[in-house]
Amino acid sequence: MQFMLLFSRQGKLRLQKWYVPLSDKEKKKITRELVQTVLARKPKMCSFLEWRDLKIVYKRYASLYFCCAIEDQDNELITLEIIHRYVELLDKYFGSVCELDIIFNFEKAYFILDEFLLGGEVQETSKKNVLKAIEQADLLQEKTENMYHSKSFIGCKKAY
Amino acid sequence: MVAPSLKLQDLIEEIRAAKTQAQEREVIQKECAHIRASFRDGDPLHRHRQLAKLLYVHMLGYPAHFGQMECLKLIASPRFTDKRVGYLGAMLLLDERQDAHLLITNSIKNDLSQGIQPVQGLALCTLSTMGSAEMCQDLATEVEKLLLQPSPYVRKKAILTAVHIIRKVPELSNIFLPSCAQLLHERHHGVLLGTITLITELCERSPAALRHFQKVVPQLVQILRTLVTTGYSTEHSISGVSDPFLQVQILRLLRILGRNHEESSEAMNDLLAQVATNTDTSRNAGNAVLFETVLTIMDIHSAAGLRVLAVNILGRFLLNSDKNIRYVALMSLLRLVQSDHSAVQRHRPTVVDCLQETDASLSRRALELSLALVNSSNVRAMTRELQAFLESCPPDLRADCASGILLAAERFAPTKRWHMDTILHVLTTAGTYVRDDAVANLTQLIAGAQELHAYSVRRLYSALAEDISQQPLVQVAAWCIGEYGDLLLEGNCEETEPLQVEEEEVLALLEKVLQSHMSLPATRGYALTALMKLSTRLRGDNKRIRQVVSIYGSCLDVELQQRAVEYNALFRKYDHIRAAILEKMPLVERGGPQVGEEAKESKAAAKLSEAAPVPTEPQASKLLDLLDLLDGPSEDAQHPSPLDPSPGGALVQLLDLPCAPPRPAPIPNLKVFEREGVQLNLSFIRPPGTPALLLITVTVTNSSGGDVTHFICQAAVPKSFQLQLQAPSGNTVPARGGLPITQLFRILNPNKAPLRLKLRLTYNHFGQPVQEIFEVNNVPVETWQ
Repeated sequence: MQFMLLFSRQGKLRLQKWYVPLSDKEKKKITRELVQTVLARKPKMCSFLEWRDLKIVYKRYASLYFCCAIEDQDNELITLEIIHRYVELLDKYFGSVCELDIIFNFEKAYFILDEFLLGGEVQETSKKNVLKAIEQADLLQEKTENMYHSKSFIGCKKAY
Repeated sequence: MVAPSLKLQDLIEEIRAAKTQAQEREVIQKECAHIRASFRDGDPLHRHRQLAKLLYVHMLGYPAHFGQMECLKLIASPRFTDKRVGYLGAMLLLDERQDAHLLITNSIKNDLSQGIQPVQGLALCTLSTMGSAEMCQDLATEVEKLLLQPSPYVRKKAILTAVHIIRKVPELSNIFLPSCAQLLHERHHGVLLGTITLITELCERSPAALRHFQKVVPQLVQILRTLVTTGYSTEHSISGVSDPFLQVQILRLLRILGRNHEESSEAMNDLLAQVATNTDTSRNAGNAVLFETVLTIMDIHSAAGLRVLAVNILGRFLLNSDKNIRYVALMSLLRLVQSDHSAVQRHRPTVVDCLQETDASLSRRALELSLALVNSSNVRAMTRELQAFLESCPPDLRADCASGILLAAERFAPTKRWHMDTILHVLTTAGTYVRDDAVANLTQLIAGAQELHAYSVRRLYSALAEDISQQPLVQVAAWCIGEYGDLLLEGNCEETEPLQVEEEEVLALLEKVLQSHMSLPATRGYALTALMKLSTRLRGDNKRIRQVVSIYGSCLDVELQQRAVEYNALFRKYDHIRAAILEKMPLVERGGPQVGEEAKESKAAAKLSEAAPVPTEPQASKLLDLLDLLDGPSEDAQHPSPLDPSPGGALVQLLDLPCAPPRPAPIPNLKVFEREGVQLNLSFIRPPGTPALLLITVTVTNSSGGDVTHFICQAAVPKSFQLQLQAPSGNTVPARGGLPITQLFRILNPNKAPLRLKLRLTYNHFGQPVQEIFEVNNVPVETWQ
């Protein structure tokens, strides 16, 4: 996979994961054009389209578009499964996920994605394992925050 | 002093509450100022919150480069919270184009070697997302160490990071190759999946690695077989299909290993057949696996039966109610239509049905595929379907559909009349969308088919009378009416409705075309010339024509003006040669698929001239070589099968040669026939560079007192020769040295056998029919040696 974009029906970007090195300007241009292209598609059209030299796979879940750019030799149908799996993970994590969850907890959306895909490839095919990993990371985060917030540490500054 | 700043959630809410772009910008600018201040001298404990806000703002499109150094600091912090946000920031804000990116290399190295597992995970994730070539060089050994660590959580990430490293620095492949063998024994799906991906990457980049891994094909086959057969674990399954992600990845690797490798292909044949037949296809997951299987089958050396199975699966996909599945099926079939033509042909009806798709990307693919499936046996049925489609298809597909139909017609037309009808239909339905050479092609076709002249001119006249807006149609019709106006007015043509046309009507129609706003300048040129030609074809006086021509002498369009002035001159000063100049045109030669084949319906067709024996099944990739056919057994002169040119257009050198007046031939002319003042002369040319080719120009002259009419010359040559007759310049030689008839023969004589020619002449002279058959044996030796 080259990149994945999540955006709303109004074209507002909610998540962008780039697996290829591009300048900020190029990323913005691609995002703008692709969002326009996908939003212009009618509801009954198929989920695949050719754009520049890439294959684009997109699917709409409620008010969010999930859009992936894959290479010529990649399998479009399995990419649809990748998108669906990601949505399921978000759903399990947030409990009946909606766009607002992803807006207000965008870092979490990234963390979940990073436990499912790595370098543009699928790293874990078990839903359970992905969610477990996130859970453990969240716990670890909570622990460290509690540690540093307890009174005994207020006077102590570490040099970073 | 740290200014009070918003929490992330509050900031997001405030931004969303902004009613205008300007308001939003204001909120964000204010907050960014806070963030900058906080970065400078704020509490390190809250740094991660500030960065998080900055990352949100960055996603909205605002600049965030001043956060780059903060990412570095957060990554270097021992706190997990800091690292989590810091690494996220690095992935979003830092990339290999920033100089700062190298600075995180050290932190990553530390985290990889000393961090707890979640931290190692973060580091690996970041490296595999934005790691530059330099970073990969520096960190490759650290990653390699993690490949064989006990924890699968870290191992699976390390493996995929290795994939990224290889993509960036292919030379580092050697570091990771050795571990693959051991990793293949993994049971953990994530690790196994990563391993397969790594091996795939290695094989794609290095032929040596490819050969190395071809040895593990049996092992891969076993892994996939186990996956498919031993029930399913709910943990990894989707809709009853065991870990489709892993299956697809294995199939892809098998494809790469089996390609061009007989042994590997054989090892996987059974398994592929098993997967192809047993995978549950009720949901997308199963179809995804099936699709990958089909791609693999088609790419390796699979048994013929397996290939047919694969194509049939694609055919079934075409009937699936899921649009996405139909799409991938159409794409794949399009790729296969050349190599597995007959297998794909079986699904032609389904493909044609797909023309009705509402989704433009599907109907476009269906159109491409349909055109690729047209062959000589289905051309009539397919053209009907495609014409129906042309009438209702969306505008952006019209041009492709029209040119596709015309091309198919050119290649596979069973008869010239059918060909003409097809082109006519396309021109009337989608005239504005056809390519420019359609006009030339149709005029060429009509001119070359003498038996169709009456039919053509009537059909075109009727079409023109109905509608003068479609320019290509108007141009062809105008030309035709000009050339064959006499046939339009006289007698009946059996193949069309009886049509009574008055001279005045014809002139009026052409004038209408001339004057219409819709007519392009080129069209008006055609119409004017046609009017002029009619001056010799029609019987009435030419007052009306002369009037029109003189009016256009002062037309603003320079081209029309020039023509009109010249035609005017023809009327006034050069009336005596007007007839000769406006004579019927000889066939214009071009390097296209037009060969002087005799159509089945042509009763005047020379039974003695041999049609070239041809294969009926087109081989799209083979260039048709006329010379090969000389050895062919079938020489049935009645066989109407059309010549099939390769898509490249140019046939044999034979057709590319101009038939323009032959250069003065060093070979002496030969008088072969004389009777009562009617003489037949042959002149010979052997064009340099084509020793097997001989061009003969037959000239018929008449020095007698009576006209020669209805003159037809037919010819036959020995079996080893190839003969092609071109249309004669006419069939009348007026008395007392009137304009002779000329006709060009083309003879291929690759064996350099002595040339013998048998001629049969039929004509009317002095009111009596004459028939002469004779052999020409005394041709100069230079014509065939």
